[in-house]
Amino acid sequence: MSENALPCDKPLPALTGLYGEFYAWCRDRELRFQRCTGCGRYRHVPREICAHCSSMEWEWARSSGRGTVFTWTEVVRALHPAFAAATPYAPVVVEMEEGVRLLSQVVDCVPGELAIGMPVEVDFQPVSDAVTLPIFRRAAAAR
Amino acid sequence: MFKDKACIVGIGETPFCRKPGSGLSEMGIQLKAAVAALEDAGLKAAQIDGILPFPNVGKAEAFAASLGCENLRFAATLHMGGAAPVGSLRMAAMAVSSGAADYMMVPGGWNGYSGARVRETAANDVNSIPGGEIARDFYMPFGLTAPPQWYALMARRHMHEYGTTEEQLGAVALAMRKHAQLNPAALMHGKPLTMADYLASPTIASPYRLLDCCVETDGAAAFIVTTVERARDLRQKPVYIMGAAAGQPYPADEITNRADFHRTGLTNAAPEAFRMAGVTPADADFAQIYDCFTFEVIQQLEEAGFCKRGEGGAFVEHGGIELGGRLPVNTHGGLLSQAHVLGIAHVVEAVRQLRGEAGARQVPDAEIGVVTGWGDFGDGSIAVLRR
Repeated sequence: MSENALPCDKPLPALTGLYGEFYAWCRDRELRFQRCTGCGRYRHVPREICAHCSSMEWEWARSSGRGTVFTWTEVVRALHPAFAAATPYAPVVVEMEEGVRLLSQVVDCVPGELAIGMPVEVDFQPVSDAVTLPIFRRAAAAR
Repeated sequence: MFKDKACIVGIGETPFCRKPGSGLSEMGIQLKAAVAALEDAGLKAAQIDGILPFPNVGKAEAFAASLGCENLRFAATLHMGGAAPVGSLRMAAMAVSSGAADYMMVPGGWNGYSGARVRETAANDVNSIPGGEIARDFYMPFGLTAPPQWYALMARRHMHEYGTTEEQLGAVALAMRKHAQLNPAALMHGKPLTMADYLASPTIASPYRLLDCCVETDGAAAFIVTTVERARDLRQKPVYIMGAAAGQPYPADEITNRADFHRTGLTNAAPEAFRMAGVTPADADFAQIYDCFTFEVIQQLEEAGFCKRGEGGAFVEHGGIELGGRLPVNTHGGLLSQAHVLGIAHVVEAVRQLRGEAGARQVPDAEIGVVTGWGDFGDGSIAVLRR
């Protein structure tokens, strides 16, 4: 798969509210998750309140950027016209060291090489002036 | 709570079709099914005082105005996607047993083939599902845009943890197709399927092939619920609602961050429904399991307690869910081989089986049956029914 697997004709996040703040950090090439300052737990996707301790206090804590592949699917037939030229591609769930998971892609790996447990690390792919997506590459040690 | 206080007294279905389409509007096709259910029950539309429409395909006010339900007292829509019909069956039982309404109509249907496809609704209408904004901002930019892709993530993880195989997914597709050969109304009637055909079908979103996916359909169905007392005066032998429950995964609006990745809405709902019914999964003579994709059948069989988690693959193999097997599943052919009418046809088929009207596909002496719903990011619903 080419590294241009996510060009800018794709659906983009709306950049509103807390979701917008998450992507603003990505635009600065930083992967940050909300971390509750009450109980210290990380969370994703962004939410107003900690579901564990009900604290509404939190910070954007920087992620190590390291994680492992938790699950994936190889899309061979696009079900959205914007992805018709991108097939085959693989949406991947990455489990981060912080414990949260996020949906992304591993851009330097063909779908057939994906394996659950594979170490990956974050990188950033600008797809428009306003939007940079967090994407993943195989971890340096695993390349 | 409402055990054995409510029953299903009427069922209706339209023909199922793909090309060239139903020729009816989405409301029109549902009204046709609703009228068929009234006729089946021996009720007049004016007696219906409660309506629970499926999300996004019609409003109770429009149903009431079109049918002539002048005394609508109870109207609601459960936003649980394909889990809504069985969830609505439960809500209908609650409504009539509490006196909130006397006769509840649950309609559902669409032009799922000739009209807007699910993949388009899921991608274009952020309000069509409760997790719509999360999907828009965190899934769709990465190409996760449609239900088979969401659920494929679950299937892949299950295969990794429990060794569930592609052939076991195929066994689900084959069982549904086999049952459809006994159902002249099924879209896949006359089109038998072999494992070789299944394995040769093209990948859509791995592990899902084309033949792991249900058939997008134009069609509608409806059913009517009332109290046991009122049912005595009606045309049909009532089908009793022994127990019913609904539930959601956690979190329900986001798939990836579930501490227990395999826990769905059914995980908690099923024990509640069986407890209310006073029976166990082993007592069921058949189950109509919402089969949007093959793995969801395996997952629901596990989470509903028909087998242990991780054993669903083995459960469906070697004819285990075929007629004559240990638990016949989707005797009509299901969403995979009869038609996708939002799960309402699963209720209709359960009623037919318990009335003894299922013809060539009748489960001998069927006394107790289970029907489930699955929707959105894993919402679940379940009902235990008896004749």
